[in-house]
Amino acid sequence: MSVHPVERRWFWISTLLVVAMGVLIVYTAAAMRIHPPSNVETIDSTRLHLNPEFAEDRLGVESRADGSVVVRLVMARYSVHPQEITVPAGTPLVIRAASADVLHGLHVAGTNIGTQVVPGYVSEVHTTISLESVAKVGVVNADGSVTVPLYCNEYCGPGHQSMWGRVKVMRP
Amino acid sequence: MSAPGPARSVAPRGLALAHLWVAFGLFAVGSLLGLFQLLARERVVAVPAATYYQSMTLHGVIQAFVLTTFFIVGFGYFVTATSLSRPVLWPRLAWLGYFTMLVGTVLAALSIASGASTVLYTFYPPMIAHWTFYAGAALLLVGSLPWTVTTIAMTARWKRENPNQPVPLAQFGMASCAILWAWTLVGVVVEVVFQLLPVSLGLSGTVDVGLARTLFSWTLHPIVYFWLIPAYVALYTIVPKAAGGYLFSDEAGRIVFVMLLVFSLPIGLHHVFLDPEQAAGWKLLHALGTFLVALPTLLTGFTVSASLETAGRLRGGRGLFGWIGKLPWREPVALGGILALVTLLPGGFGGLVNASYALNVMVHNTAWITAHFHLIFGGAVVLVYFASAYALWPRLTGRRLASRGAAALQLWLWFVGMLTLTVPWHSLGLLWMPRRIAFAPYDPQIVARWQPYSGVMIVGGGMLVVSAVLFVANLLASHRSRPEMPEPMTYAETLEPVVRVPALLNGFTVWNWLLLALMTISWAYPIGQFFFIGVHKALPWGVR
Repeated sequence: MSVHPVERRWFWISTLLVVAMGVLIVYTAAAMRIHPPSNVETIDSTRLHLNPEFAEDRLGVESRADGSVVVRLVMARYSVHPQEITVPAGTPLVIRAASADVLHGLHVAGTNIGTQVVPGYVSEVHTTISLESVAKVGVVNADGSVTVPLYCNEYCGPGHQSMWGRVKVMRP
Repeated sequence: MSAPGPARSVAPRGLALAHLWVAFGLFAVGSLLGLFQLLARERVVAVPAATYYQSMTLHGVIQAFVLTTFFIVGFGYFVTATSLSRPVLWPRLAWLGYFTMLVGTVLAALSIASGASTVLYTFYPPMIAHWTFYAGAALLLVGSLPWTVTTIAMTARWKRENPNQPVPLAQFGMASCAILWAWTLVGVVVEVVFQLLPVSLGLSGTVDVGLARTLFSWTLHPIVYFWLIPAYVALYTIVPKAAGGYLFSDEAGRIVFVMLLVFSLPIGLHHVFLDPEQAAGWKLLHALGTFLVALPTLLTGFTVSASLETAGRLRGGRGLFGWIGKLPWREPVALGGILALVTLLPGGFGGLVNASYALNVMVHNTAWITAHFHLIFGGAVVLVYFASAYALWPRLTGRRLASRGAAALQLWLWFVGMLTLTVPWHSLGLLWMPRRIAFAPYDPQIVARWQPYSGVMIVGGGMLVVSAVLFVANLLASHRSRPEMPEPMTYAETLEPVVRVPALLNGFTVWNWLLLALMTISWAYPIGQFFFIGVHKALPWGVR
């Protein structure tokens, strides 16, 4: 077996490149605590309407004593409940979303709020929204707040494209 | 390499043509549907959203499952027979497989046409299609098994009869493809047979969605390499010869095919990075594995470029880049390979972005993703499928290609059209446009930013349709062109003759055991957890 020296060199360059990317990934995950939503929390989606946490009066935005904000959403063909929410920028947010029927997706433009919403599970996203980031993609309102769309981004049936809401991001 | 034999007589002409015509005939239909969807999404033609999604289901099933599987099986039989210089081992079994796949395809197509199975080509539960959709999909998959078994059996027999001889690289690649396919199928077949078919038939009242998505992700990554490996086989063993050069390294090819098999299977969780039913540690493990699979593609880029360089220099190219201009740019097989190699570069870059554990959330399920796989599959891989068809056709029909000029034009049109389609499409993803939307009913300020890009995409889609029609018309006309005794199929020779290769690079036994170990590590817990974390199953829902 013979391997050309140039080929050998390219093999090591490629390996180094791949290893470097792997190290970066582990670094951002471990040191900066950047992880995709992975809470493995089960819920009975067939009885979501009877679950105390996702009852209608608990949906939407709730401020906690520690200054953080919890947003609870229910996604069901073909609407997001509630359809409009208002959240402060620069504040730690916890998004908790559940599906009442099929598979949905949740993506808020200009933010890193993104998760699949899988029947049988609660999806949880931790983030802080930057007003500058959403201002680049959203609609800037007269009071300085910014409105960005919240999409269902997983095909859920013929009404899928119409399943969207709005997130109004206020100055903190 | 094997002793020269009567290669023409062993080529399974009828079998290969039957497979390739299903692949390419439906490919043309699928391409038209793609353009239709572009026009519908921009409201150039007004159709109900349900029609858009129905078209999208058919487009995806045709291009991702029918074009690929029929092409690979047909191409595979041809490569196996001609590279080993022996006829296909069990022709009746091969035809049985063909008709099974055909019945499955027709069943699934009718099911989609009825409107009862608009579940897109990913068919995520708990949305449940009519049972005929799953039955059709299962038959299409099961019908490919005779090819899988034949490819492995013919390799094993050849090795027994030629002890200590290196298996020809083309066949080594196709064998890795067949073994990979057997491993790949496990996930989706278990999902379809034990979860989706029973629910669609009313035999089961609920479905474990987390388990189903995890099983599907088992299949979702290696299936891409099932589509890719035959293209790499052509890039290593057909394209350099068509360009008038030599394969730079036989060993590099073997290492690449082994890597594709071993690395592409234990990494599927990167498709469910944003799913709540899998924990972060497992996703991170699969993310790291995903970067490893970039390695064989980086090596392929090098080896195929170096092989083309030998061709350019033999044709009189001088200097660092002078050989590029000397490549046979009018030769369709070489041209298709070159353009595919160029496409692989931006396509592979996009893939690394998607694989990035933390970055993925920014592009997940946006237009970026669809743009990515159209570029790398519809661009790079399909260009090699075209080039392979141009190499095979004269040997399958015994006639010369009707028009080499039209073939070259078709390849350029596809290359430019695919870039015109996918470059703005990637941009749309970065502008937060979701994938899979029938139209964009969002705030007008947001939608207005997308429109210029969508307009360019339509131009690209138009070029692709013209190219697809030209391709099929040329192949069709080649059945009536001037008869010509074709040269027997031979594969690229290496710069240095390959006399011996290490046993590890001449078979897959050790690699299969390694793979079993890696699969156990990567999947035992992510799949097993659903049996003890207390899942709540979901009710099935219709497609409306």
